[in-house]
Amino acid sequence: MAIYDSRRRRSKFYLGLCFLAVIIGLGWLALILGTLFFEGLRNISPAVFTQMTPPPGSGGGLLNAIVGSLIMTTLGVAIGTPLGMLAGTYMAEYGRYSKLTVVVRFINDILLSAPSIVIGLFIYEVMVAKMGHFSALAGAAALAVIVIPVVVRTTEDMLLLVPDTLREAARALGLPRSIVIGKVGYRAARAGLITGVLLAIARVSGETAPLLFTALNNQFFSTNLNAPMASLPAVIFQFALSPYKEWQQLAWTGALLITLTVLALSITARALQSQRPAK
Amino acid sequence: MNDVSNTPPLPDVEAEIPARAPAGIDSKLEKKVSIRNLNFYYGDSQALKNISLSLCTNMVTAFIGPSGCGKSTLLRVLNRMYDLYPKQRAEGEVLIDGVNILRPEQDLNLLRARVGMVFQKPTPFPMSIHDNIAFGLKLYEKLPKSELDGRVEAALKRAALWDEVKEKLNASGLSLSGGQQQRLCIARTVALQPEVILLDEPCSALDPISTAKVEETIDELKENYTIAIVTHNMQQAARVSEHTAFMYLGELIEFGVTAQIFTSPEKKQTQNYITGRFG
Repeated sequence: MAIYDSRRRRSKFYLGLCFLAVIIGLGWLALILGTLFFEGLRNISPAVFTQMTPPPGSGGGLLNAIVGSLIMTTLGVAIGTPLGMLAGTYMAEYGRYSKLTVVVRFINDILLSAPSIVIGLFIYEVMVAKMGHFSALAGAAALAVIVIPVVVRTTEDMLLLVPDTLREAARALGLPRSIVIGKVGYRAARAGLITGVLLAIARVSGETAPLLFTALNNQFFSTNLNAPMASLPAVIFQFALSPYKEWQQLAWTGALLITLTVLALSITARALQSQRPAK
Repeated sequence: MNDVSNTPPLPDVEAEIPARAPAGIDSKLEKKVSIRNLNFYYGDSQALKNISLSLCTNMVTAFIGPSGCGKSTLLRVLNRMYDLYPKQRAEGEVLIDGVNILRPEQDLNLLRARVGMVFQKPTPFPMSIHDNIAFGLKLYEKLPKSELDGRVEAALKRAALWDEVKEKLNASGLSLSGGQQQRLCIARTVALQPEVILLDEPCSALDPISTAKVEETIDELKENYTIAIVTHNMQQAARVSEHTAFMYLGELIEFGVTAQIFTSPEKKQTQNYITGRFG
């Protein structure tokens, strides 16, 4: 009985520690979100979405940065997703038993955890330096390089979750491999594949370092892919470090916008994923 | 298929077998599939040893034997399902209408369209009931919509599923019960109008009522198709088949007319198995 009592006491103690850890962990998150909402909402107004980033000392908005972020993220995801999907499909379906897959998976994992500033420098070296100027295109390319490994990983994982019995059943009907992958494999893994892309977008939309080296920033509205382009993270970086009150305010608002976007993407991804087994 | 070593050894009782006329099947029957000296290997381990037997046209041949005896493996040779995996290989001959399907230049998709297969676990594709069947059809034949719908209906009727699903053809195939899913898989196979149908323990995941329905289906199907069925259920083998093959440890122990195998088997091993003394 003594052993049982001491065991119970220890259990309570460690359970208490667990709760404490959870509270500390979630506490920071709540603080961050709270500050963001408090500071960001204070300054939110239609002007944020309709006016350009202002020169120091006057009011303005974030329109050019929002549009720039949208353009470069869309472009980056549009370039990275097909490449990642094709690579992931090869690894899960065609090359499942080949050595190449093992090598690619290893390299992909390294790329997945590569510091984004290194990717920014790389694109700077191969694109910006060669072209002689910063450009939105280079920014999108840097984002694409970040998107690719995320999509490769989720595509492979999700396709591997599709049971082999389903593949066999489709092949047993005499369906060629390409059709089985396209019509059965992708369909069965659809929720997971979409989740992967959403997570890639979420990952990329907050990236600052690769954009600083590639798209730089732009005080003005521009949709020219061959010229520097503003983006939310770059603007936040610049404005938050500035001594001007208006700029700092806009940085808060921008940070809130990015956080809300990422939050929405993550929640959508979660919802899609939890829906999968029930289907 | 890997638990060969776990199965207890059979007593060697060759001497006890009384002399009598050899069993086997009537040699005048038309043979759809002839298997000759078939050996099969998973890597280095041999799963089938020198199998020779024939499947007669428009008849049901049952394969019985304890787990790991190679009956499923044999079925997977007949549509070359094993080709999907590396390190699996077959030696010998399998003639369908006199043509060896094991020859390397055999087109596997065409073969599998001719030799349909239904698996142990129901494997509906993640699409509507209608599309589950139309999907394979559309790939092989260009049919106008009305005719396609007719073929879908005919296949569902064949599989005794039509009455249960005719109101909800656009519902997901995954929404059906296990027994219905299995009959959907049978319908899907039948729709392609194969010549041979392989059933790999089609009822092992079904309740008795669904099993009875599937057996009825099998009975109707044999008017048009040559059927091979693997089953662990000896009553089922006795009910549905004309011929029965008893396999053990990768060898064909006895092959003959079902009634004879079940009432007066020639080999002691067969008798032990069907009377439930082992396996």
